[in-house]
Amino acid sequence: MGCGAIGAAIGEGYTAAQANFAISRNPSISGDVFKSMLVGQAIAESASIFALVVAMILLFSNFSAESYVTIAVVFSAGICMGLGAIGSGVGSGYPAGAACIGMARQPSMSGRLMTNMLIGSAVCQTPSIFALVTSFILLFTNFAGRPVSPTWAAILGAGLASGLGAIGSGVGGGLVAETSCEGTARNPEMAGTVTNVMLLGQAVTQTTAIYGLLVSFILMFKQFPAADTIAPAMALLGAGLCMGIGAIGPGVGEGFTARSAVQWIARRPLAIAELTRSMLVGQAVAESTGIYSLVIALILIFVI
Amino acid sequence: MAIEGVDLIKAAAFLGAGLSMGLGAIGPGVGEGMAAAKACEAIGRNPKEAGLLTRTMLVGQAVSESTGIYSLVVALLLLFVV
Repeated sequence: MGCGAIGAAIGEGYTAAQANFAISRNPSISGDVFKSMLVGQAIAESASIFALVVAMILLFSNFSAESYVTIAVVFSAGICMGLGAIGSGVGSGYPAGAACIGMARQPSMSGRLMTNMLIGSAVCQTPSIFALVTSFILLFTNFAGRPVSPTWAAILGAGLASGLGAIGSGVGGGLVAETSCEGTARNPEMAGTVTNVMLLGQAVTQTTAIYGLLVSFILMFKQFPAADTIAPAMALLGAGLCMGIGAIGPGVGEGFTARSAVQWIARRPLAIAELTRSMLVGQAVAESTGIYSLVIALILIFVI
Repeated sequence: MAIEGVDLIKAAAFLGAGLSMGLGAIGPGVGEGMAAAKACEAIGRNPKEAGLLTRTMLVGQAVSESTGIYSLVVALLLLFVV
């Protein structure tokens, strides 16, 4: 919950700052800017509300702490949602800020900007929804029949993979949506194309969060044999950490790439083919380290 | 649960392999993304040079990829050799 609040606060602060800037630039449309600021902040807030829900469930349910597995579940669900909310909170702040600035610049496009901002922020929220799904599965699955020794590590690993994996994709998706709002205001004729390329770029940034979700599903639903030694448990924990941390960099990097591509498609529509191609090639290369992390995580789960 | 010498080394090696690859993936991911972002910007400014710019982007990314590959090699060594 604490971690989750950080992201939302940063995102909302950024939005409010941009909104003030926009109002000073064009005071006559302060109503529209104010409305868009509130809607954008509400979306950024939703990630931290997810974290609040999970924290409330953790506080008010009666966990009988008879085994280490229950402790691991409680800890992992909290960490997962807290970390998962950071990226989406920060990310959703970017498009909301850009939409406020865009409305001041191009008041006639405010409806289109609002739509574009909502689509973009909705995509930013998906990684935090992945984290929410993982926390709920962790909380409401009965792990009683599983052996304690590797299961505690699998549960912790699952929470870390989804939670950490959501940070990069949330921020990256927000960076893309930011310039698409900017581009819509700068070049209203290209609004449709800019939204499409934004969605394409965001889809690529989401892939690493999906890898994280995949690894946590494997860790949660695979039945691991009981082990007397500590090595298998550490392999599962290592797999979760590897995929979770490894997903941050590619998510943010792909976001930077798509951000620039979308920005320049709005400025120079004739180069759209070259820009889309180089965006996808660049993102594919940035993705490679995320795929290495997935490979190592799968080796740790299935081969070791 | 008995924790003995060999078991402890293996446990540390597995955890270390995961951390090595995970942390090692952050830098190249962000760095390659920035390289590609600048390439997109440059292509936007001067679309005629798209071929040259894409080639430069790929060479730059290949170099920044190297630390990611080092992490992969170290992780595989920890998993299969130690």
